Amino acid sequence: MKISIQKEDFDIAVETQKLREENPNTGAVVTFSGLVRDMDNKRQVESLTLEHYPGMTESSLETIITEAQQRWSILDVSVIHRIGELKAGQQIVFVAVVSLHRADAFSACEFIMDFLKTRAPFWKKCRDEHGESWVESKASDEEASARW
Amino acid sequence: MIAIHYFASIREALGCEHEKIDLPDDVETVEQLISHLIKKHGAPWAEVLGAGSLMIAVNHEMTDSSASLDAGDEVAFFPPVTGG
Repeated sequence: MKISIQKEDFDIAVETQKLREENPNTGAVVTFSGLVRDMDNKRQVESLTLEHYPGMTESSLETIITEAQQRWSILDVSVIHRIGELKAGQQIVFVAVVSLHRADAFSACEFIMDFLKTRAPFWKKCRDEHGESWVESKASDEEASARW
Repeated sequence: MIAIHYFASIREALGCEHEKIDLPDDVETVEQLISHLIKKHGAPWAEVLGAGSLMIAVNHEMTDSSASLDAGDEVAFFPPVTGG
């Protein structure tokens, strides 16, 4: 598994190709990427600043991926999450899962994202025309992870 | 000695990123640590650490206020997470 918390941007094609090369028996690749929206709560977003808890963030992602590996038959996982200041339209997060068949990769990818959003220690601060404010957690994210 | 870390809106509300304290004899759980910190620091700590949404980690594992503490532990207090 690959877990990277980084300031730098990532290239989805390059990351996907790496996973394929490292897992030549791959039959299905599912990727998710999350971007900074330009509008949030009807406000024009200028940027998000992402903070994390070094050490715990990585270990919590490892725990989430290990749980996914126990639930589904998957070959490998790559998770990249950016930190620091990101402008509207920029990439924040990437999750890729490779497996023999698509169903396992689809489910595992969704599971990893749902728990990343509710269990991995990251926080977003949003800057818009009104100033800066911390993004509040959403009940819908908690419900999404509760269904597993 | 234990290390305490504060993150995101909690760090800003307290004006404190981290601190190290000697674990008092009567502090055996996170709940007791919170009481100790409120007594030590006063008002902002009472409000921030008393919030129902407070999240707690001990040694990088998510837990709750009933978790027991030992010297050398790393405790973190933070608001609900909002990554992804």
